[in-house]
Amino acid sequence: MSGLFALLLALPYVANSYVLSVATLILYFALTGQAWNVMMGFAGQLSLGHSLYVGVGAYTAAALFFHFGIGPWVGLWLAILLCVALGATIGLLAFRVGISGVYFALLTIAFAEFTRIGFDHFNWVGASGGLFIKVAQREHVDLLNLRGTPVMFYYVMLCLAAGAFGVCSWLFRSRAGYYWQAIRENEEAAQALGINTFRWKMLAVVISAAMTAVAGVFFAFYYNSLFPEQIFHISRSIEIILGPIIGGLGTLFGPILGAALLAVLADAITEGLTLLRLEIPGVKQVFYGLCLLVVVIFLPHGIWPTIARKLRL
Amino acid sequence: MNIALLEVRRISKAFRGLRAVDAVSFDVAEGAIVAMIGPNGAGKTTCFNLIAGVFAPDAGTVRLAGRDITGLRPDQVCHAGIGRTFQVVKPFPQMTVLDNVVVGALNATQKVATARRDAERVLTLLHMDAKARELAASLTLPERKRLEVARAMATRPRLLLLDEVMAGLRPTEIDEMVAVFQRLNRETGLTILLIEHVMRAVMALAGEVVVLHHGEKIAAGTPSEVVRDPAVLECYLGEEAV
Repeated sequence: MSGLFALLLALPYVANSYVLSVATLILYFALTGQAWNVMMGFAGQLSLGHSLYVGVGAYTAAALFFHFGIGPWVGLWLAILLCVALGATIGLLAFRVGISGVYFALLTIAFAEFTRIGFDHFNWVGASGGLFIKVAQREHVDLLNLRGTPVMFYYVMLCLAAGAFGVCSWLFRSRAGYYWQAIRENEEAAQALGINTFRWKMLAVVISAAMTAVAGVFFAFYYNSLFPEQIFHISRSIEIILGPIIGGLGTLFGPILGAALLAVLADAITEGLTLLRLEIPGVKQVFYGLCLLVVVIFLPHGIWPTIARKLRL
Repeated sequence: MNIALLEVRRISKAFRGLRAVDAVSFDVAEGAIVAMIGPNGAGKTTCFNLIAGVFAPDAGTVRLAGRDITGLRPDQVCHAGIGRTFQVVKPFPQMTVLDNVVVGALNATQKVATARRDAERVLTLLHMDAKARELAASLTLPERKRLEVARAMATRPRLLLLDEVMAGLRPTEIDEMVAVFQRLNRETGLTILLIEHVMRAVMALAGEVVVLHHGEKIAAGTPSEVVRDPAVLECYLGEEAV
């Protein structure tokens, strides 16, 4: 565990820029996967619209920076606030009237979709034409404004993903973790044991939204360009949930393992095909689909629980 | 004179016009063990659900230690001091047996460490400590029934509602369970209201029996009185019970 962390700390000294960019992407998906896992893995509430929080988080921080020169670390708080408000609205709508399961998932998709359409016509942030942050000189590291080298972005992402892991581990072992699992496993029994299920489900949604907002802010400053069609798209939400499902729903390491496996394997396939001078559009999506299929059939609890059992962890 | 811990007054509940529970009243005295019996479909479980807050009654009141708890949510009823088990067991299958009980114990304490100790104690009491680390999904039905009891007891209730926890147990296991409840009742003063078809357990445990039929209370009294009541014999126990 600490060995892995030391390895990750030393990575920029041994890896080339390509490996570093893949690693940054893995850490990004480790963060969003962990965030989504709080809601679905811990509390059993399926969200298929997490791109909503990525997008709103990204646009909030980027717009503040673009229009007012407000740095991302300040913008972050407004991004979190907005995403928490959105999550709370969805939760309130759903849990107050008893919408659950598939219908809850549909509601999360609906929110992401109409936000996407709304942003398409939201001129202040560039509407469908996109919002662009000025790309600063790549050699100069300006941590306060998140402008700088790939190494800086890697370390920032590492801190965020590690921070998320810390938060999730703590939550998982706390009263909240027990209550969420109880709600996931059997809501009626949970309620009979004194759990205010509404309140605890709301907490899961709000924490998940806040963590995803953080990822969104990073996304904006890492890629420097935002388009509603891309960032709010449902395929983005699906991307977020693949890692945790393949790695192991409701586990602490699952989302991280899943993110790493998917990114490495998908890149290996793309690279391999390039070597063979083959170009197959959509091969990555097909690969994701296959991975999901294999895991669902052979390892329904994901890869991590199987490894954990083998290692007797 | 015993004070009533639970006072049920003329509670009624209809489902699509069918009166599942019809103006049922009874008391459970502090420290008592009361059994509720009756044929299938008599409204016993509905009665439990009305007390535990799963449904609000159409009419009538439920009081716990003088406090009106009618229409509260199940979690609020639990906080008020009523623990319940489910006839159709509802374990948390992908959690360990211990963690299942910890969830209940967290009703009485905020601290996870304290809750774990409490949960371990409850499991020992119910002879389940050997299974503590196993997933609840791996338990047999009788073990799941016992887990229901353990979880409910871990919430530290003043009143425990047991819904057919003896069903499916072997006679020796029934006697064992009966002994546990008797001991709890004697040592901690835990009040128990139980739905039970196993007359062996009812006769051994209950100081008082309430008989429901078609949603109505048709008899009440000590076990020996009730088993001689012609109305009870006709609808439930059958002639051979005499």
